[in-house]
Amino acid sequence: MGNLKNAWREIARYPSAIIGMLLILGLIALAFYAVIKIPYAEAIRLWRGGEEIWGEYPRNAQPSWTNLFSRTKRPPTIVLRSQDAATLKTVEALTEDSKDVTISFAFDFPYDAFPAEISVFFQANYEEKTPYASMSWYTPDGREIRLGQISVRRAETYRLALDERLVRRLNGVLPQQALFADPVSVTPVPLKGRYELVIRAHTFEATSDLDAKVVIYGQVHGLAGTDHRRRDLMVALLWGTPIALSFGLLAALGSSLTTMLIAACGVWFGGWVDQLIQRITEVVMVLPFLPILIMVGTFYSRSIWNMLLVVIGLSIFGGAIKTYRAIFLQVKEAPYIEAARAYGAPNWRIIVQYLVPRIVPILIPGLISGIPTFVFLEASLALLGLGDPVLPTWGKVIDEARSQGALYNAQYYWMLEPAVLLMVSGLAFAMVGFALDRIFNPRLREV
Amino acid sequence: MSETARSAEQRRGPSTVGRIVRYVSLRTLVLMFTVVIGVYLTILIANMGGHVDNIRRAEIREGLVTSLSMDPEVRALKPEARNELIAAMVAIEEQRLGLDQPFVVRSFRFLKDALTLNLGRADLITSDSGSKMVRNIILERLPPTLLLMATANLTLFFSAIVFALYLARHYGSWLDKLVIALTPTSAGPAWFYALFLIVIFAGILGVLPWGGMVSAPPPESRLQYALSVGRHLILPVSAWIISSIFQSTFGWRTFFLIFSMEDYVEMARAKGLPASSVERSYILRPTLPNIITSFALMLIGLWTGALILETVTNWPGLGRLFFRAIGLFDTPVIVGNTIIYAYLLAITVFLLDFIYALVDPRVKVGS
Repeated sequence: MGNLKNAWREIARYPSAIIGMLLILGLIALAFYAVIKIPYAEAIRLWRGGEEIWGEYPRNAQPSWTNLFSRTKRPPTIVLRSQDAATLKTVEALTEDSKDVTISFAFDFPYDAFPAEISVFFQANYEEKTPYASMSWYTPDGREIRLGQISVRRAETYRLALDERLVRRLNGVLPQQALFADPVSVTPVPLKGRYELVIRAHTFEATSDLDAKVVIYGQVHGLAGTDHRRRDLMVALLWGTPIALSFGLLAALGSSLTTMLIAACGVWFGGWVDQLIQRITEVVMVLPFLPILIMVGTFYSRSIWNMLLVVIGLSIFGGAIKTYRAIFLQVKEAPYIEAARAYGAPNWRIIVQYLVPRIVPILIPGLISGIPTFVFLEASLALLGLGDPVLPTWGKVIDEARSQGALYNAQYYWMLEPAVLLMVSGLAFAMVGFALDRIFNPRLREV
Repeated sequence: MSETARSAEQRRGPSTVGRIVRYVSLRTLVLMFTVVIGVYLTILIANMGGHVDNIRRAEIREGLVTSLSMDPEVRALKPEARNELIAAMVAIEEQRLGLDQPFVVRSFRFLKDALTLNLGRADLITSDSGSKMVRNIILERLPPTLLLMATANLTLFFSAIVFALYLARHYGSWLDKLVIALTPTSAGPAWFYALFLIVIFAGILGVLPWGGMVSAPPPESRLQYALSVGRHLILPVSAWIISSIFQSTFGWRTFFLIFSMEDYVEMARAKGLPASSVERSYILRPTLPNIITSFALMLIGLWTGALILETVTNWPGLGRLFFRAIGLFDTPVIVGNTIIYAYLLAITVFLLDFIYALVDPRVKVGS
């Protein structure tokens, strides 16, 4: 207990170690939050689900908080449903069979930039005869702009920018600009105020009905923004945390513990065992680590857990074995080991109970400093297109941002968000490992 | 040689050069053995899915089809008869090359091909000169990789040593503390910093190119060409240096400090030797083996590190070739590239041993 207290006091002398530990705690909390808030199956559904899951999100939208740093306030996405209380839906029966359905969507638009797209999603009930709908747009200054007219099938989507006749009527200006533009201003500036979109539909059957949803896609979305497929990046950022942490921790633990055990066995048994281990280490030093990993990923399986096994397998006989060996060689000569041998302690007991504990002060800093390497390795593999096929990870987001030209299109948030998270986790473990190294190795502490 | 001369030779023992030659040749033998085993392991890993077999079979078939289609007599045959002929010839050829033999026997054949760099043909990728031979493709990509790595590493190596010596002299200064505080940033690999540098210098400031090795179209004059390559080098080299400079500087500064506390250094100082000479002969000299070990470890990490850095900065080297080969599933290129990496690593290890033999007094003395 006193030992632990002393160690704690030692660590407290290093402010970087404290910051590092706080960051690690934060990351662990984030990882637990992610796993509890979005269960595994849900995360995969949200990331790989399809248009129906992220259909209401804008494409390549910046995070909402970027508005705080910019003079022009860009709009978020506005979704209006005919079932909403704010929407006015009136049904007027004309004859026994035909009805007039009027849906009026009104909304405020107090932003300084145009929306990204406008779409109307219809949902209609009918037996044979499809309802017919026409749409009108009312601006705050009282102008009326006629939109398209369509016959509504069961699930119909009307994308304003794809209606060529409408675009022609608006003199070739895209609807999301023309409908919001201030007619007085020379440069295109949106007119602030209350807009209205009215759908006037005519149905031809007694049971026929019609509902609609208007989505005015914004330029900002959520805390993290969206990618080229309208997916909320928050899912990947959140879920990347537990994946990165567990990959880094398992790989570092798995490789350093086995390496240490093998080094201990080699030193203890000596002779041909030691020789063999040293020769294997030399062969593994010549083996190119990343290319072999890539080969395995390309030819067999890209699952992150499969990769983890290969990483551990290739790191077991890494350079660390030489460091451990040098220390074990010293420890082996200690009198208490000789005493243990004299009273006939079995080999495994000497290795596990007497040799291994002596190396813990060197093992722990090395283990913690090794975690960032593996966290970045996962990202490196993703960057080479060898990311896990189903799970969202930070590396895969960076890879997608890169391949979609996010940097050229100035969508920096897309790449920087996962990169900053990677850097925070890398730095956190490196800071703690570095401080522990200085605490446990007195020679470093002096200088 | 006379009797007295020989006994004198024995008294003195073999010369320093002789010892170094013996040490190096012994290490060479061990290393060659190591490389052979390493390449063999690579082949085993690559062939588990039968990929090397497929490379060979495809090569045989392609060679036969091309040579047979040149033959006017074969061309005159009906398609079925021609296919039958080709199938028969392929079977004979596969038998000749031993593809019907058990894998253990064949794997040694592959090993011989790999060691002699007989790497086969690429499936899809061609070299810029139009060759489909994996060896030509790889040889064409080697110079850019070497240029990038040599520039980055030599700059890093020497600037870190000079910087570390300065810090050791000014131990405890604010600069010293800053370097210690920044050491954990070396946890990030070079490609990671390259991303940030691209955002800042290519994206926001627009002063450096986004990537690549030379501007398009390449400048006519030699000087302009070299300048253009230099401009493109700045970003990846800086990324490489940023990712390791603090760690290396910290490590070497610590070594220098430990060694500068030794008694013989105190003695030299007490004798009144100038600081520069103390630094050179009493601190640098004994730490040289350590410095070289760190340098070599860094070099070994570099072959793999450069792979992704090249991809991120579009540098047309071996790493980017590997990346393209993965994307196109071009197995012969992937396997061939892996073998090249194994060779490069072995050469690095060998050079390290050689330099070590030159600078480590224990090797020189022959203990």
